[in-house]
Amino acid sequence: MAQKQSMALQAVRLALTASAVFGTAALAPVQAQTVTAVMHAALRSLDPVITTGYIVRNHGYMVYDTLFSLDGDNKIQPQMLESWKASDDGKTYTFILREGLKWHDGKPVTSADCIASIKRWASQDKMGQMMASMMSGMEAVDDRTFVMRFSEATDLAVRALAKPSAIPAFMMPERVANTPPSQAIKETIGSGPFRFVTEEYKPGVQVVYVKNTDYVPRKEPASGLAGGKVVKVDKVKWVTMPDQMTAVNALINKEIDFLEKAPFDLLPMLEGNKDINVHVLTSQGGQSEIRFNFEQPPFDNKLIRQAAVLAVDQKEVLQAQIGNPKYFQTCAAVFGCGGPYESNIGAEKLVKGDPVKAAALLKEAKYDGTPVVILMPSDNPGSAPILQVVAQSLRKAGFKVDLQSMDWQTVLNRRASHEPAAKGGWNIFGTYTVIPDIRDPLAFMGVAANGKDAWFGWPDVPEIEKRRAQFARTNDPAVLKRLADEIQELVIDEGVIVPLGQFSNLSATGKQITGVVVAPVPVFWDLQKTGK
Amino acid sequence: MPGFLLKRLFSVIPVLVVVAIIVFAMLRLTPGDPAAIIAGDGATSAQIDEIRKNMGLDKSIPDQFSIWVGRLAQGDLGTSLISDAPVSSLIADRIGPSIALSLSTIVFTVLVAIPLGIVAAWRQGKLVDRAIMAGSVVGFSVPVFIIGYVLILIFSMQLGWFPVQGYQPMSEGVWQFAQRLVLPTLALSTVYVALIARIVRSSVIEVMQEDFIRTARAKGLRESGVLLRHALGNAAVPIVTIIGVSIAMLIGGVVVTESVFNIPGLGRLVVDAVLTRDYPVIQAMILLFSLVYVGINLVIDLSYTVLDPRIRY
Amino acid sequence: MSATTSSLPAPGAPAVEAAASSSILGQLKTTMSAWPAMLAIALLSLLLVGTIFAPWLGTVDPTLMDPAIRLKPMSAEHWLGTDAYGRDVYSRTLFGARVSLAVGLGAVVASLLVGLVLGILAGYFKAADTVIMRFLDGVMAIPGILLAIALVSLSGASLFTVLVAISIPEIPRVARMVRSVILSVRNEPYVEAAVSLGTRVPVLVLRHMLPNTYAPLIVQGTYIFAAAILTESVLSFLGAGIPPETPSWGNVMAEGRVYFQMLPGLILYPGLLLSLTVLSVNILGDALRDALDPRFSRRF
Repeated sequence: MAQKQSMALQAVRLALTASAVFGTAALAPVQAQTVTAVMHAALRSLDPVITTGYIVRNHGYMVYDTLFSLDGDNKIQPQMLESWKASDDGKTYTFILREGLKWHDGKPVTSADCIASIKRWASQDKMGQMMASMMSGMEAVDDRTFVMRFSEATDLAVRALAKPSAIPAFMMPERVANTPPSQAIKETIGSGPFRFVTEEYKPGVQVVYVKNTDYVPRKEPASGLAGGKVVKVDKVKWVTMPDQMTAVNALINKEIDFLEKAPFDLLPMLEGNKDINVHVLTSQGGQSEIRFNFEQPPFDNKLIRQAAVLAVDQKEVLQAQIGNPKYFQTCAAVFGCGGPYESNIGAEKLVKGDPVKAAALLKEAKYDGTPVVILMPSDNPGSAPILQVVAQSLRKAGFKVDLQSMDWQTVLNRRASHEPAAKGGWNIFGTYTVIPDIRDPLAFMGVAANGKDAWFGWPDVPEIEKRRAQFARTNDPAVLKRLADEIQELVIDEGVIVPLGQFSNLSATGKQITGVVVAPVPVFWDLQKTGK
Repeated sequence: MPGFLLKRLFSVIPVLVVVAIIVFAMLRLTPGDPAAIIAGDGATSAQIDEIRKNMGLDKSIPDQFSIWVGRLAQGDLGTSLISDAPVSSLIADRIGPSIALSLSTIVFTVLVAIPLGIVAAWRQGKLVDRAIMAGSVVGFSVPVFIIGYVLILIFSMQLGWFPVQGYQPMSEGVWQFAQRLVLPTLALSTVYVALIARIVRSSVIEVMQEDFIRTARAKGLRESGVLLRHALGNAAVPIVTIIGVSIAMLIGGVVVTESVFNIPGLGRLVVDAVLTRDYPVIQAMILLFSLVYVGINLVIDLSYTVLDPRIRY
Repeated sequence: MSATTSSLPAPGAPAVEAAASSSILGQLKTTMSAWPAMLAIALLSLLLVGTIFAPWLGTVDPTLMDPAIRLKPMSAEHWLGTDAYGRDVYSRTLFGARVSLAVGLGAVVASLLVGLVLGILAGYFKAADTVIMRFLDGVMAIPGILLAIALVSLSGASLFTVLVAISIPEIPRVARMVRSVILSVRNEPYVEAAVSLGTRVPVLVLRHMLPNTYAPLIVQGTYIFAAAILTESVLSFLGAGIPPETPSWGNVMAEGRVYFQMLPGLILYPGLLLSLTVLSVNILGDALRDALDPRFSRRF
């Protein structure tokens, strides 16, 4: 009797414990784990193909996927593709998609979708345009297989489709990709690791993404932008915060988890804080540059351009712009220091400022005192330091400088003008390009020198264009490097674009965040958060 | 009076028309190209032209104007050029925070400024008066963003009483909603408390000199009764004017506070729209502001007749 | 001495006409000799001297950048330290006074004059009232920021465009205030008397009504002075202000705000000067108003 009772008692105890455990588990409310991030700009438009703004590209990486990606060693890896192969003559490429890829509305990803997406992307992206010009046809073989045929042997397709920035080749459903490039897409349906929550999107205020539970990540570990994109949180929310000081305080106070671009001068507040991790992301950094207007005096004169290049000192610019030398480096490489085409050719003209030599060159060029009009965007805190230092350096060398302050919109308007500076034109404007976009002579739009069709400034240097065309058509590494070096020399000599040094990007996270991926673009897969 | 009201209501229309024309023309004539901003840095002129055509920006200015007015008449406020969202939804998103902040600021301001002004007037010339007046000068000579940063530093970072930033609608929790409004309200109120306290003080002092006040005192009325019943009522006109003007200023002009405390209100919407040349948003917002200002001014003018019987229309 | 203030003639009391000019000077002497007023005058004179003689009192060229020594604290060479570009904060604050004072004064003069004229017209002439007030309602509806950016885009960022952009939004408030005064005074018996005597309108306005506006105008003016300098700072904050090479208290504060928690001096020095200036202007304004107030003589 006692045994039976104690057994019964034990059973009851067991049952009670079990129900306590499972019961509470069943009763506990399921709270979404949300990562709140403040990105470097506000998201206002959602079409990453027709907008080159980096924030839209970052948005693209959340909801879309790409056929190829670059891994942590800058090697091209398949992402949405199960496999691909080139024909023996190098003119036909066959691509096979992975199994089980689905759009966010549940429909499967097909070749037709990819073909339409590639067409739209190639009409906008410079590398895509080059690829399309060599392409003789693109068709689907079956739902998961398609081919691209070229008029000559080239692997440009692979390089272009793997391009991480500024317009990556994101894949979209056919009906969305058929939107003419002059209009923005109206739906945000992708096949990426996150889904876009339309109801919670407030342009300029916040964007919300939730984990795509249908996503099939690759088996390899994440590396750079390649590998398995495993999402380990439920929700990611991007919040726009216009005041930098407030953003830093919010991070310290745990009101946000992730700050994409920590302001350099406020780093002392973050570095000393044991609850904050600062990530130095060199691959997300950038290079500041200035551009000359080749069409108007005085920079239609090569010697005067060279004088200007000589006058500017990279270190001074970087100090004013970034401050802490830990996060910047002077760099003569047009294609980026630490990149595959790094070179020091022309460094003596580019890096250190030499006002004396510059003044001598000016005299030799018979500079007549034509004022140099510099367009300075007053509402863009990043550019003002650079252009002010440049103006001072030019003045020291004997240039007459007219530093004009206006808002960014007006800058955009004026720099498109081919008129003389006095009639609403310009002579110099400043810009910056992120590291992934300066990697090579094809990716870097700033070195294109095809006159009227080039980017603003309209440099016309046929020697550069010849070499860029050759670059697209070969894949011999030795030849590629030689071509890149020659282009670098020409770019600096002619002043096609003037690199002003390189800097890293610093992101800051609360210590509740782990697993930040080191990639050329901020991404949110692999990220983990302890707590809610 | 009804005639006055009717006349005022009708005269709103030509004002709105004139404002609309001025703003429309000014926007179209200033340099700046929303198509270029959308197309981004790397776009060619051809691509920008294509986008511009799609936005209807290649038509002549009078054409664009009539199209816009036509849509307005149908209740269509237009679509944002930059984000492709209907302007009405953009405004709907942001109007809640703006109203919340404005209301709390005005209520707090009035509750603080009027007693301060009265006390200063009552103790005119004494230390209290001087202190209040000096404080008010400091109040309107320190930029709002500094007050904001100092408040955040002390109350959020050091003491941890309030969050640094953000806005949450009341529907998501009354306490969260309220605690996020405290610091921005304090920061924003400083200027208005300073200004209104001064006006209250000077108006009340003015009135206190009058004969009828002496009479009231002679009748044996306590000072507080004198102040509140007789002085304040007569000093009401300029006080109400400045309160009304402040409300009007608040709705559109709080960009700095919205930026510092990250409140997604109408102020930021307008400035962002101006800097990106998002014409439909700017135009719709100006019309909205016009209606608000006209409405408030009408209420102020009407209140004059109630407060000061000598004023007639 | 009590700094009495007044903004409206009290209801029921006869509004007195302007006192004879000789006693105004006498009144001025009395009000100005009190210690707050003297202190204010001293401060403002110091500021004025500093502003005019800035090139000789400044230690270094305020626009000279030396990024290698950026954000350094006070030192023998840089009395108040350096800013984010390595420019000398002391010199920039000193030279900044010129621009800020110009902006403040300019805005006050412009908006008071225009507002006064419009307010009188609206208050006195019923026909003009509707038109003017509705037009001013419209002006108030256009955000100052939009106006500033539009003006700056059209004619470039400069002191003049910033001045115009700051003054225009202040005009409606001044006009409203003046109008409310005129409306109250218009029905006074002495005004009716003057009218029946055949007094011409300009005389009526200038001699009988205008003096009642001095007091509220002075109060408004001191507020506009401070507001103008602060608005200039906000415009710099948003990128539509005076070009950043030229220092003003506004853009020194706007540029320095990011470093607030690390190097508060960048904001505190111009901010302190601004507050002191406004305080002094205010005290002087009070004294001036007391001297000009038609009923001043009654207080003694």
